[in-house]
Amino acid sequence: MMFKRVLATFCVTLLSAVSVQAAEVNVYSGRGEAFIKPLLDTFTKETGIKVNLVSGKDDALIERLKAEGAQSPADVLMTADAGRLYRAKAAGVLQAVDSPILSTAIPAAYRDPSNHWFGLTLRARVIVYAPERVKREELSTYEDLANPRWKGRVCMRSSDSIYNQSLTASLIAHDGEAATLDWAKGVVANFARPPKGGDRDQIKAIAAGECDVSLVNTYYLAGMQNAEEPAEREAAAKVAVFWPNQKDRGAHVNVSGAGITAAAKNVAEARKLLEFLVSDEAQRWYAEVNQEYPVKLGIAVSPTLRAMGEFKADTLPLARLGELNAQAVRLLDRAGWR
Amino acid sequence: MALISALAARPRTLRLPRAGWVLAALLPALPILVIFTALPGTSIELWLELGQTVLPEYLRNSLLLGLGVGTGTLTLGLFCAWLVTRLDFPGRGLLAGLFLLPLALPAYILAYTYTGLLAPEGWLQTGLRELVGARGALWPDIRSLPGAILIFSLGFYPYVYLLAREALRAPIQGYEEAARIMGYRGWRLFWTVRLPLLRPALFAGVMLALMETMADYGAVYHFGVPTFTTGILRTWHGLGDVQGAMALAAVLAALTMTLFALELRARGRARFDFGRDARPILPLRLTRRQAIATWLVGGLIVTLGFGAPMLQLGLWALPRIEQVLAPDFQRLLLHSLLLALGAAGLITALALLLALGVRPSSTPVHHGLYRFAGLGYAVPGMVIALGLMIPLGQFDRWLSAHGVITGLLFSGGLLALLWAYLSRFLALGQQGVESGLAMLRPSLGESARMLGLDPWRTSFRVYLPLLRGSLATVLILAFVETLKELPATLVLRPFNFNTLAVRAHELASDERLADAALPALCIVLLSLPTVILLARMNRHAGTRAAHPLT
Repeated sequence: MMFKRVLATFCVTLLSAVSVQAAEVNVYSGRGEAFIKPLLDTFTKETGIKVNLVSGKDDALIERLKAEGAQSPADVLMTADAGRLYRAKAAGVLQAVDSPILSTAIPAAYRDPSNHWFGLTLRARVIVYAPERVKREELSTYEDLANPRWKGRVCMRSSDSIYNQSLTASLIAHDGEAATLDWAKGVVANFARPPKGGDRDQIKAIAAGECDVSLVNTYYLAGMQNAEEPAEREAAAKVAVFWPNQKDRGAHVNVSGAGITAAAKNVAEARKLLEFLVSDEAQRWYAEVNQEYPVKLGIAVSPTLRAMGEFKADTLPLARLGELNAQAVRLLDRAGWR
Repeated sequence: MALISALAARPRTLRLPRAGWVLAALLPALPILVIFTALPGTSIELWLELGQTVLPEYLRNSLLLGLGVGTGTLTLGLFCAWLVTRLDFPGRGLLAGLFLLPLALPAYILAYTYTGLLAPEGWLQTGLRELVGARGALWPDIRSLPGAILIFSLGFYPYVYLLAREALRAPIQGYEEAARIMGYRGWRLFWTVRLPLLRPALFAGVMLALMETMADYGAVYHFGVPTFTTGILRTWHGLGDVQGAMALAAVLAALTMTLFALELRARGRARFDFGRDARPILPLRLTRRQAIATWLVGGLIVTLGFGAPMLQLGLWALPRIEQVLAPDFQRLLLHSLLLALGAAGLITALALLLALGVRPSSTPVHHGLYRFAGLGYAVPGMVIALGLMIPLGQFDRWLSAHGVITGLLFSGGLLALLWAYLSRFLALGQQGVESGLAMLRPSLGESARMLGLDPWRTSFRVYLPLLRGSLATVLILAFVETLKELPATLVLRPFNFNTLAVRAHELASDERLADAALPALCIVLLSLPTVILLARMNRHAGTRAAHPLT
């Protein structure tokens, strides 16, 4: 039965079918299905609007939007970071949306000044350290990680990671390019090992005693603390969180976000979807299940996130991160941060 | 151009209309052509800047990786093939089949599982550290250049093994006896007689392994070994320079083309078919003790390439096994299966058509186009996808601007995805069909023609049955590769259409390796029957393949 149905879908989709269903919205997402599908299902249940989804690599989906042009079936583009939304806007594949609901719910720093894209969830990049070997008072800022006192004690992920690229972009915005280059060189000189693995691997490396400090996104640590595997939980228990730059600009944050495509055929439905994603219900889901910080103020976060403590976030407009991304990558190349 | 003369030395009788053949070859070549068009448009600054900063390291890593994986796959593949063709011991057929198993594991999954097993933060080292009370790493990290060489060699040696085994079964006893009479022994015999005869098969196998290594991004990213491909994707994703990324990919493709050209020129007009009266090789019967030693060595290779990663996958997947029953998950299985079957059929058919259609009288342009069409195997899948969606999108927009259609016809459907697979994996089909053709004597086609068969009938009634084994091999390799394929699938697939590889990737890229293990395990389990089929098929083919005419 199911085989037949799938076979039928196969034949229909061999050439892309133009759908005629009344209420639907088509989403290209740079975020994996697991992180949004439950929310999209809730949206469908509440509004009767069907959501069709392609999840993939955000840069490639932007190229797909460009290639498809005005004929593109996609109504909404979702990405995992502000830099990609900036890039999509620059490529002309997004349109402005005038929605009081969105502009009230989302603080100005976390959306595009001309309303082409909107941040939906926040993530913070924090210092994690081994409390056994590092005193809390020794830690202060991102900038301080370049201090020679950390020589041989720092683990970092590759600079291919967008997280490190956008952190570097924020440093360029605050400290200037020359100081940031010195910083990056200093951090590279402090590496305990060449960059490898993902954020969770850095936490595990600290737990294994390979290094003492690193930078990770909050939701990776939260994910490990709530993991099914005892090994993940044990590693997470061996590190502590430090919120950097609390005495000055605040910790570096980035958003996952979305915008409505320039080619959108279902603009009203797309807009409903975005507005749903900043509703209290959706924002709570992000915080509870995905362990991300809600972009909307006044939403309760999960106990895991509460335990990490309150923090002050950098208020640099996120569009700047997009502007400076390429510059950050070049700088990291010059600093020898692989 | 001597570049392509090796093909010219072989029999060709299929007389397709030239235009038809060219059109068929242009299908897989399209995305690669698009990538090459980016070359003139790139800024000199990009090259200068990359050259001054990261490019030397990328190139050095790619070169060392290529040398290492080339040597590794050659040694392992040839050694394994030699074990099961030239030695006779109990369970030889079983071991011959086991050697194929690593084919079922995608390189990125090998990378993840080996990290899980061996990294300082993995369970093995953590456990040992607690046992002895040590701190820090107990042994060198697998996530390094040598580690990458190791896992690629373990993952890709079956290509060399498959092709070398076929070639080792060829009846070259006569040549060896002649050499022995002339006083050649041991290594000298090996270097001067055996190795040169195996050359086309070994080259084809190693080229497949190298092309696949160069196209990999997932494993080298995880291992922190930036390669030329890292540079391509970093230029795209980090710098936002799509044009530059395509130009870098074009350079990679051009380098691959050069390697092919060099090899074919060096091979010259040599032929590798063997006379009818040549007798097949008689394998050496081992004593009991020797047989046990052989099994130990062979078992070690299979354990490293398949057993150990599967153990880690199993450990991760076991607690989640009930998810297999979810209807959503079964849809993933079906999608993956149907897509891989479709792609495998297409790839095999087109490879056969193209290979049979290249004739001695074909122009260098035809020969060049034939090679060019297969270059996608060395290009990262995401770049192939890019090279395909640009022209398809343009075509769709042109069609709708002229009122032929509304919306998209070619973009965004499964057709685009199948096309991308064709482009990406055609080389597998080409190498398989070629190595099958290389063992047929040119006179074969001529005889058939003299007996009055027309070219199409000659192809179908003479070549097709003789190539049956090669074609089945190609079909299975293409099936397994498509099942594992990720980057193009990720970008080109239609709405609400997921595969196992996509699911595994999404979870793994969120660093939920344990959750990713179940879909990964299913990829392996789906490939397994076909790999076993391949093993059985070849076992029965055994000595028959040596005598294509009897």
